[in-house]
Amino acid sequence: MAGTRGFQLERHLVFLLIFLAVLVPLFLPAPKTVRVTPEVKSVYDRIEGLQAGEIVMLPCEYDPSMAAEMSPMTMAVLRQCFRKDLRVLVTCLVSNGVSLVESELRQMAEEWGRKYGEDYVYLGYKPYPGIVIMAMGEDFRVPFPTDYYNTPLDEIPMMKGVKNYQNVALVLTINSTSGIDYWIIYGTGRYKFPLACASTAVMAPNYYNYLQSGQLFGLIGGLRGAAEYEQLVGHPGKAVKGMLVQSVSHILIVALILLGNVIFIVERRRRRS
Amino acid sequence: MQRELPRLITLVTGMFMAIQYFIPHKHSEQFYQTSLDWLIIVGIFSIVLGIASLVNLHVNKIQRRDAGTKYSYILLAGLLYMILSAILTGTDQQSFFMKGYIAVLNPITSTMFALLAFYIASAAFRAFRARSLIATILLVSAVVVMLGRVPAGEDLIPGIAKVSDWLLNVPNMAAKRAISIGLGLGGSATALKVVLGIEAPHLR
Repeated sequence: MAGTRGFQLERHLVFLLIFLAVLVPLFLPAPKTVRVTPEVKSVYDRIEGLQAGEIVMLPCEYDPSMAAEMSPMTMAVLRQCFRKDLRVLVTCLVSNGVSLVESELRQMAEEWGRKYGEDYVYLGYKPYPGIVIMAMGEDFRVPFPTDYYNTPLDEIPMMKGVKNYQNVALVLTINSTSGIDYWIIYGTGRYKFPLACASTAVMAPNYYNYLQSGQLFGLIGGLRGAAEYEQLVGHPGKAVKGMLVQSVSHILIVALILLGNVIFIVERRRRRS
Repeated sequence: MQRELPRLITLVTGMFMAIQYFIPHKHSEQFYQTSLDWLIIVGIFSIVLGIASLVNLHVNKIQRRDAGTKYSYILLAGLLYMILSAILTGTDQQSFFMKGYIAVLNPITSTMFALLAFYIASAAFRAFRARSLIATILLVSAVVVMLGRVPAGEDLIPGIAKVSDWLLNVPNMAAKRAISIGLGLGGSATALKVVLGIEAPHLR
């Protein structure tokens, strides 16, 4: 098919169009509002309803390749937690993301003047997420006898009396891996804690059934979900800005699909006649 | 005996792990905890095995002077650099390990993923065709969801976001649920076969 006259549009031209569709909107003003979906609002409302001092657990499982989609979610959720004086317990069960998540956590904590060990704790990475999730259900100290900075958990003020999931208000996994399944099956399935997830846009449709069954109380899907969350938190950032880029790119891809099909139909008719 | 003993261990461990889930007793929890510790220990050995296997593969490639030997050199150098820099300079923000992470790994993985946008667009243009009724339904659904998930789509076609939400919440969910149930049943059957020794992939 690619060899027919109708398909002479070189893929280099498609690449150039996509490049421009991504680049040009970066210099244009971001959209003023983004429609907020119930699944994102549900996460926001649940965290908003917590009392100051309660612990929110954020397993952030993504690496730099997914940072464009996932980091805005982490930043927006951390901003909400720190604004509400909630304490945050963070893990990263993806080896390539450990330093990335740590730097994001530190950046947000510095912005809000939060103190390590009292307002937030970073446990870091341990291999085999399924096993670590189950072990944390018994005691955080089993997989993480020390935190990311090698401080024993018993010496960290925030961790006093915090044994396992029963001592956290909710778990929101910000996850670009199949680790979400582990959190559903081995985490909330066994230890019955409130769980929500934030995933990439590609993965999000996989988790709507868990949302409907009540195994997840909320779902933040892709850059769009991050933009909704930034809007709810009242601090539009990279995700809201990215909506214009995504809008133009999506419209271009739809246009390319339609154009490809028009050429396909014309060619087919010509061959038949 | 060489085959019977592993099968027996699999049977006993598998049965215990299944039964302990339903027994909320301290001895049961202790057994579960010990099993998790064992899993972590066994898992650590597999990391060592993985690294050894990777090194072995690329050393062999270099020795045989296969095509793409230069990439094997780069891989081994990168592996060695990250291991040595972490051991010698630690993993804090100023360490050489972190410099390697921020200056090399970070942009490389981001670039690799960003390239997908170009290939997806090109593939969509060349291959996403309404060749049959099913393919047309898939195509229309994809277009609706793509437009319904971005603010500009809602501005262009009012109501498309609701159609997109319906597609995700009804047909998508029905299909996903069917697949999940199928996978669950299939997984349970396979696990049962392994525990009962009918199949023993770990002994091959």
